[in-house]
Amino acid sequence: MIEFLKEVYAVMWSDLRFMRHHFLNIFIMSIMSPLLYLLAFGYGMGRGMTYEDIPYVAFVVPGIVALTTLSTSFSSTSTRINVQRLYYYSFDEMMMSPLRNSAIIIGKSMMGVIRGSISGGIILLIGLYITPDLHLTPLLIASILISCFTFSFLGIMAALLAKSHQSISTFSSLIILPMTFLCGTFFSVSLMPGAFQFLLYLLPLTHASICIRASALDWVFPWTSLLILLAFCASFFLINVYILKTKM
Amino acid sequence: MENIIEIKGLVKRYDDKVAIDGLDLTVRTGEIFGFLGPNGAGKTTTVRVMSTLADFDCGTVYICGHDIKKDPSKAKACIGMIQQRISLDKDLTIRENMILYSLYHKISSAERRRRIDALSEYIGLTEYMDNMVDTLSGGWKKRAAIVCALIHEPKILFLDEPTVGLDTQARRLLWDIIRRLNNDGTTIFLTTHYIEEAEALCDRVGIINRGKLIDIGPPEDLCSRVGATAVEYFHNGVKTQYRYFQNREEANEFVSTLPEGTTVTVRRTNLEDSFVELTGESVGRVR
Ligand SMILES: Nc1ncnc2c1ncn2[C@@H]1O[C@H](COP(=O)(O)OP(=O)(O)O)[C@@H](O)[C@H]1O
Ligand SMILES: [Mg+2]
Repeated sequence: MIEFLKEVYAVMWSDLRFMRHHFLNIFIMSIMSPLLYLLAFGYGMGRGMTYEDIPYVAFVVPGIVALTTLSTSFSSTSTRINVQRLYYYSFDEMMMSPLRNSAIIIGKSMMGVIRGSISGGIILLIGLYITPDLHLTPLLIASILISCFTFSFLGIMAALLAKSHQSISTFSSLIILPMTFLCGTFFSVSLMPGAFQFLLYLLPLTHASICIRASALDWVFPWTSLLILLAFCASFFLINVYILKTKM
Repeated sequence: MENIIEIKGLVKRYDDKVAIDGLDLTVRTGEIFGFLGPNGAGKTTTVRVMSTLADFDCGTVYICGHDIKKDPSKAKACIGMIQQRISLDKDLTIRENMILYSLYHKISSAERRRRIDALSEYIGLTEYMDNMVDTLSGGWKKRAAIVCALIHEPKILFLDEPTVGLDTQARRLLWDIIRRLNNDGTTIFLTTHYIEEAEALCDRVGIINRGKLIDIGPPEDLCSRVGATAVEYFHNGVKTQYRYFQNREEANEFVSTLPEGTTVTVRRTNLEDSFVELTGESVGRVR
């Protein structure tokens, strides 16, 4: 176990250093778009609106937290690995060292988890400050962390399979962007037509936003969604380990 | 252990293209071995297979007695590798890159500090340690890569075309480093398409072309296999022709039979001659 954690630390170390060298840049990048969403949907559009008996701001903040974990975790792991793999070739060096594949995947996900929870956390703090309907609960923290891990693993998967930087962008605009808008982030999935609803329930972000919202608003906690999210998380992890073992 | 690398019947395909075609190769412990061949011959592919970066289709590869398929981490621990393209993390400083490699190999922090200091001193990098990678020239990056590759004290160092793109001075410096490392006990496996480099550095040279090992031996032996003396002659706009002879007397005899007005050079056979003779192709020679 200690050995395994050492390996995880070795892998994440370079990303920690990377964050230190580019701190301001990274910070501004990961906070910009969620702040804009918050301004536009929370204050601009949602001012004075209520939704399912609560102010729309209280409804939308957890959704923005969820989509922030997705976009930040996904893009920070996928971009960094993509660059290390296809431009720096330093990913090869890591693969040549005697590290366990599972340690490589966990280590590589850590930057996504850290950055995802920092930017999600900042939005959440702002939300806690502006509306009394939101609560910080252990389940909320767990949901945010699990969703960060899930989308970090997804980012790793995209980067490992990508043949070029272009394919990551394509994946982002075809899968990630639609998810951020549709998966119960700005409105409840139950408002969508039946077949479409079914489709949305197949996507991990839907379950992440359901969990994050319910725990933040003290609604009945949707354990099924949490389990589904965990299943996504575990499968992305296992697929990544498999890719390292067979394709790299 | 007499042979540090043993490769038998290695086959590697990319889709339906054969990159390595039944390669048998042994490298002896302690030598500088040169893998010489033109671009696309299969040198990089061989090195990537040996360092476990690329999978292969048939054959066995033993590094330091470890089967790289069955026991990859033991094999990896014996190998240091400098890739053809610089593979440092450009978002980090030189020192951070070195620390990273020692973390990968689980070297304790006191030992890490000692080795990084000693190696960077040995390679002459000390003053650049806190520079970002991209502020250094190619030769310095190469040297930083060497320190990184040596941090876990590998028994064998792979260098894939180490001097491509370096100026003459940087190349000579790198040759010295390679010789010094070898003197201090590291086995060297280097690939090159520079014949001069193979001749200058290597104890033994393997000539590879189209994924096949054509010949192997000390550079002098490879040269004498075609004949010790070469005659280059050029006549009437036909392309330059080459003939090889066992000694100068035979060569001079042949020269005297050539028609008037032929441009003739008589010289010692070099590795390029034997390469051309053995493969029927020419590798670029750098002067
Ligand atoms: N990733 C790859 N995909 C397909 N073909 C490849 C790949 N890498 C190398 N090859 C092919 O394999 C052959 C050997 O290449 P390589 O080992 O790079 O040669 P060298 O290093 O001697 O120049 C070449 O014909 C090359 O086109
Ligand atoms: Mg090559």
